[in-house]
Amino acid sequence: MSSPDRSAELLVIAERVVAMAAPGEQVEAYVSRGLSTEIRVYQGEVEHFVSAQSESIGIRVIRDGRTGTSSCGTLDASEIAEVLAEARDNLGYGEPDEWAGLAEPDGVAVVPQSLWNDSLERTTTQRKIELAKSLEKLTLAGDARIRVDDSNYSDAAGEAAVATTTGIRVAGRENGCYLSVGTLADDGNETQTGFGFAVGRNVDELDIERAAREAVDRATRLLGATKPDSRRVTVVLDPFVTAQFLSIIGGTLNGESVVKGRSLFAHRMGETVANTLLTLVDDPTNPLAYTATDIDGEGLAARRNVLIQDGVLSKFVQSSYSARRMGLPTTGNGSRGGSGARCLALQILPGTRSQAEIVAGIDDGILIQQVQGLHSGVNSVSGDFSTGAAGLLIKNGTLGAPVREFTIASTLQRMLLDIAEVGGDLEWLPMSATGVSLVIHDVTMSGA
Amino acid sequence: MIDNDILERVLAEGLRTGADFAEVFASDWRGTGVGLDDGKVEQLSTGRNRGAGIRVIAGETTGFAHTADLSEAGLMAAARVAAEAARQGGGGIKVVALTTQAARIVSPIKIDPSTIGKAAKVDLLRRVDDAARSAGGAITQVSAGYSDGRTRIVIANSDGLVARDERVRTLLRVSAVANGDAGMQTGFDSLGHTMGFELFDKVQVEDVARAAAGRALTKLKARPAPSGSLPVVIKAGSGGVLFHEACGHGLEADLVAKGASVYRGKVGELVASPLVTLVDDGTMTHEWGAIAIDDEGHPSQYNVLIENGILTDYMWDYLRARKEGRPQSGNGRRQSYKDLPMVRMTNTYVLNGEENPADIIKDTAHGVYVAHLGGGSVNTATGDFVFGMTEAYLIENGEITEPLREGNLIGNGPQVLRDIDRLGNDFAMGNPGTCGKDGQGVPVGDGQPTLRVKSMTIGGTAS
Repeated sequence: MSSPDRSAELLVIAERVVAMAAPGEQVEAYVSRGLSTEIRVYQGEVEHFVSAQSESIGIRVIRDGRTGTSSCGTLDASEIAEVLAEARDNLGYGEPDEWAGLAEPDGVAVVPQSLWNDSLERTTTQRKIELAKSLEKLTLAGDARIRVDDSNYSDAAGEAAVATTTGIRVAGRENGCYLSVGTLADDGNETQTGFGFAVGRNVDELDIERAAREAVDRATRLLGATKPDSRRVTVVLDPFVTAQFLSIIGGTLNGESVVKGRSLFAHRMGETVANTLLTLVDDPTNPLAYTATDIDGEGLAARRNVLIQDGVLSKFVQSSYSARRMGLPTTGNGSRGGSGARCLALQILPGTRSQAEIVAGIDDGILIQQVQGLHSGVNSVSGDFSTGAAGLLIKNGTLGAPVREFTIASTLQRMLLDIAEVGGDLEWLPMSATGVSLVIHDVTMSGA
Repeated sequence: MIDNDILERVLAEGLRTGADFAEVFASDWRGTGVGLDDGKVEQLSTGRNRGAGIRVIAGETTGFAHTADLSEAGLMAAARVAAEAARQGGGGIKVVALTTQAARIVSPIKIDPSTIGKAAKVDLLRRVDDAARSAGGAITQVSAGYSDGRTRIVIANSDGLVARDERVRTLLRVSAVANGDAGMQTGFDSLGHTMGFELFDKVQVEDVARAAAGRALTKLKARPAPSGSLPVVIKAGSGGVLFHEACGHGLEADLVAKGASVYRGKVGELVASPLVTLVDDGTMTHEWGAIAIDDEGHPSQYNVLIENGILTDYMWDYLRARKEGRPQSGNGRRQSYKDLPMVRMTNTYVLNGEENPADIIKDTAHGVYVAHLGGGSVNTATGDFVFGMTEAYLIENGEITEPLREGNLIGNGPQVLRDIDRLGNDFAMGNPGTCGKDGQGVPVGDGQPTLRVKSMTIGGTAS
């Protein structure tokens, strides 16, 4: 049994809009529909059950270098006509931009991805509830000091289609499911928190034991943590922390930021910007990546791009707009509706040693297991970063006491150059960047 | 938007499986957004989003479904899904009779932005671009955004409540990049109110542009922020986010009930310096977090959370208030019809103290003066929070001296509240904010007079 792929219906809607283009107009229609379930369990009972259905259309019209957009949360034919009329009206207020335009098919072959799994559709509500309940139970059983503040199952299925007057016609669908648990650990004096998660294309892929184990571990390991003294140290970033930094670094290697004078790497192409240990790729065609995809937001084939090769800056990710403006080919990183370029699935090519082996070689350092406030503490234009952190002290090659309520700070530029080792422990995470242990020298730690 | 008789039938459908509460939240949003970047008005976009979320509560379980189809058939289908989701067995027919509440207006609107031509909105951004670029030759890039939105809302529930509201918000954001010998720096400022286009009669957009550009220019000369613990003086209207993060979230009754707050069980206790009186006030006319009714139909309120340092109450929504058998506080909010309501803040602020702010600076021998803060976040269970300083200066011998580069401030909420040792008499509200919780963003405001925290950790790189 497989449910029919109805994304073709969406493509028909998109094509109908595109067919209404007037002479001299470029028109893009992006049509999507989604269905999602979210179940939250608390103390063995379903706390809430959310069933959500949504649909939307976004239309972009370009004429004489002027762009107008409009969108709407329904696919009613009468509303769609109004959305197109609005987008047309809106373009009259934009200023001409000689590089404005839709993506053009560029002949790069699509690497097909298996983004849809029929068995998820057949999973019963009861089974989903049971998964959230067993995650809660398993987590509580992990340690007597643990409380669970919520245990969640969620899944989502989405279909989307893009059509343009430049000849792009693509449609597809994807689905996936997610388990997460939030924990509190109490030792009588204080409370610490943790979380665990599992992701999959179907429920059999969900590693529930690991989610429970990590949720227990994250909360209990910080009990009794103290505030360290301020000093400069070597830090080892846990894979989950590295992935969060990568997302920020990815944001600076972006053709849109370059052409608009906001990238701190703007004039560094071909130069050494990182330690030679670092090779950074954006590869949404790798099926192991959580954000693997076959097409970008403009309907072009997603592709593998090497951004930093052995420490040398080699490429910026591009949308069709930034590529045109820089006189370069697009890299298949356009966002939906022409709203910029972005990395889709970042990954550092791994080294060889495990985190334990790396730690064994460090006399004085800190293993950073979590960061807080990255969004407020990193300026991706100046490169200044400062983030709240928590983790474990490393003394003479062994992990020691937990520490919290301190910050680590440097600049993104320096941090890339100060990378001392890349671990071999590649970890695929539910975000647009992959994790790996990363050793960085000479980071300022501010505490007591 | 939806007639009462249809609402009554939909609520009855929600209760059909034996649930004890059903609610319809329908909204119709229309908005305009204009973006300027790189010297050009890039695109003007308009959108419409309408739909309804139906919540059904049976015992401890909440079922929720939403639909973009506001016809009776669409609403009935969503009600059936929500009821099924919340089903606890039983069954039966309940009749719902709605009583329309009198309309309540907290933020009267003079000029509905949808009646203003798009060209006038574009013109605001051109003025912003000009003013920011004229602020200094080192300004190399400016981006600005204008947006307005009008949301019509109807909320009805099986307790017989039906309330309608209309919310208009208008927002301007400016961000500038300055380029100097030591690289690029950025500056940001924004202006947002629960009011119509008359906002721009009161405030010159050039002032907002110059404030953003000024921050970027100032930082070109900045030195690295210190690393370690120092006294911190926070300028009036720039540090409300400290209270939002350091204690506001911890006073949300849903987090308290699950034991995920350091303030659990502390009502009646001294949790802050006796200088501190903290209020959450949804009725504050025209402020970014102002609402006439919350997203469960309850009128907004002025709620005192901490009075002279003593914790007086938490914030409440329908569900938590019902469990505790106490009144709601007008803090049940949601991002859109697609979301379940939760306990959320509105405008959260510290009332004025008595001191002249200049004296607070003069009495600080060595410390940091924070003139603008970026975003922040908190772990409510531990109270640990961080927030970013986007404009800060050194204080040396009682005087504000050199500007500092960006860095995070880090602290523990309960500790920082106790460590407030000076409070000024120059209360001001801060920039409009979006508060995120459980994946939902809602507009919030914050404010405070100039104050001093006797020690906080500054996450810079200078020793």
